Amino acid sequence: MPEITRDEVAHLADLARIDLSDAELDHLAPQLNVILESVASLSEVASADVPPTSHPLPLTNVFREDVVRPGLSAEQALAAAPASAQQRFMVPRILGDEQ
Amino acid sequence: MTNWTRKTADELAQALAAGEVTSVELTQAHLDRIAAVDGDADAGVHAFLHVDAEGALAQAKASDERRAAGAPASYLDGVPIAVKDVLATEGVPTTVASKILEGWIPPYDATVVKKLKAAGLPILGKTNMDEFAMGSSTEHSAYGPTRNPWDQTRIPGGSGGGSAAAVSAFEAPLAIGTDTGGSIRQPAAVTGSVGVKPTYGGVSRYGLVAMANSLDQVGPVTRTVLDSALLHELIGGHDPLDSTSIDAPVPAFADAAREGAAGDLTGLKVGVITELHGDGYQAGVLARFNESLDLLRAAGAEVVEVSCPSFVHALATYYLLMPSEASSNLAKFDAMRYGVRVTPEGDPSAEDVMRASRDAGFGDEVKRRIIIGTYALSSGYYEAYYGQAQKVRTLITRDFEAAFEQVDVLVSPTSPTTAFKLGEKLDDPIAMYLNDLATIPANLAGVPGISLPNGLADEDGLPSGFQILAPATEDVRLYRVGAALEAALEKNWGGPLLDRAPELEGVQA
Repeated sequence: MPEITRDEVAHLADLARIDLSDAELDHLAPQLNVILESVASLSEVASADVPPTSHPLPLTNVFREDVVRPGLSAEQALAAAPASAQQRFMVPRILGDEQ
Repeated sequence: MTNWTRKTADELAQALAAGEVTSVELTQAHLDRIAAVDGDADAGVHAFLHVDAEGALAQAKASDERRAAGAPASYLDGVPIAVKDVLATEGVPTTVASKILEGWIPPYDATVVKKLKAAGLPILGKTNMDEFAMGSSTEHSAYGPTRNPWDQTRIPGGSGGGSAAAVSAFEAPLAIGTDTGGSIRQPAAVTGSVGVKPTYGGVSRYGLVAMANSLDQVGPVTRTVLDSALLHELIGGHDPLDSTSIDAPVPAFADAAREGAAGDLTGLKVGVITELHGDGYQAGVLARFNESLDLLRAAGAEVVEVSCPSFVHALATYYLLMPSEASSNLAKFDAMRYGVRVTPEGDPSAEDVMRASRDAGFGDEVKRRIIIGTYALSSGYYEAYYGQAQKVRTLITRDFEAAFEQVDVLVSPTSPTTAFKLGEKLDDPIAMYLNDLATIPANLAGVPGISLPNGLADEDGLPSGFQILAPATEDVRLYRVGAALEAALEKNWGGPLLDRAPELEGVQA
């Protein structure tokens, strides 16, 4: 069972788009290791011939007729936006410094 | 003068039908009770995050007008209800107990909420919960914990502690909860109320802020088995807006409960799950469990021991699958279209804003689970963690199938212990997760379960719960068996268990 290091937690937080402070990293890393240790038992439980279950019901695509139905108005959709302009969501610049 | 807040939903429906009370009077009585005992993050039960007095009274007035015109919308028309803050309510704040959705007012109703409104139930407000339904104690709410009405120094269970506490503190006769790993049944058990996790797909999840789609299920929280059956009939059924919703008629749950209350269980075979009663279970919880088994035997049921060997791996399986789904579901909280936006100094990019907003908006438990989920799904570990957990899920489902070939229902204590002290397990995630030991297998397999109060543990005088599980789509068995046990227990007690709960001190809201 690989140990999850503090750097690895920082990397995972980066992948998950969460800025963690140093104090949070110090606090979280050991807790995550404890959780991973407790789930390590699973690795030996099921043999290769056991099929995985992703869902309690068999999932099928659901289709509907391609007809126009009422949806949210632009005003309703934008009502909860942190910022908007000209009937659009206003977001910070998309490209970072490295682009 | 009648104290309307002490009545069951069924009694209230009868009183409304007989013209003994109006819905406005009932709703006001519950709003008064909330004002007296609910308090806030610092004191009181704190079951509610938002009370919608104006909306509830308007709905109650409309209900009274329908009834006066001889056209009630349903049997429960006019009976007030509380809704867990994880379901979208049009025009009423929905926060999922998270800072990231503080102040969010949904522009639409969840299907369950729509059904409640169509059936005429005034919605009193939104109940407290663990943030994004992640927790077993309602201590992970970003707005402060809910307190157990039996002992306000203790937890009310989680994640639906607010719904369970509202019902057991007589602030609402009915409430809606959601159950991903036991979040309806475990709070019900530790607060002396009744909670039902329906068959997966039996109740629409449209408008539910998802934690783990393949596990989440909406269900009733009430004070009696019959009330749960009545509410389940109202909220159940097919929804074209939820692709996992079962397309079949809703069975007659209330009839099953009324039939069960007659107390005859002759011919019923009850399986006691070997792996879910023994080590790690509090002595007082086990004592009440064994007494309940005796009552089932006395009602004519045959009780046998059934082994489900893979259940010992259910907790580990759940704590891989659930964070994996949660990490994916919570990716949408990116501060771009809704929710709180935190803008770092300088000229931040969208990604910088996302990172800062998610750090400020999510609490510790949510971050823990997102990172575990991100790890379990990452390249190189996917097969070892997520893939393996999915296989063990298959084994757990097979255990259920084999068990239900031998018996009609399976039973266990709902929670291994009674309510623990606030703060006691906050820094120990594994100790916290162990509270869901007995409830999780049902979510992994999608089968229905009920928890009903079966007494007070000798060592602390706090409620314990009895869990009944049935095969998928056989929820009627929960109500029949649950009502029979409830009737036998109440006969022994001389009344409902909640009558023995301490009177709550008045709290200035």
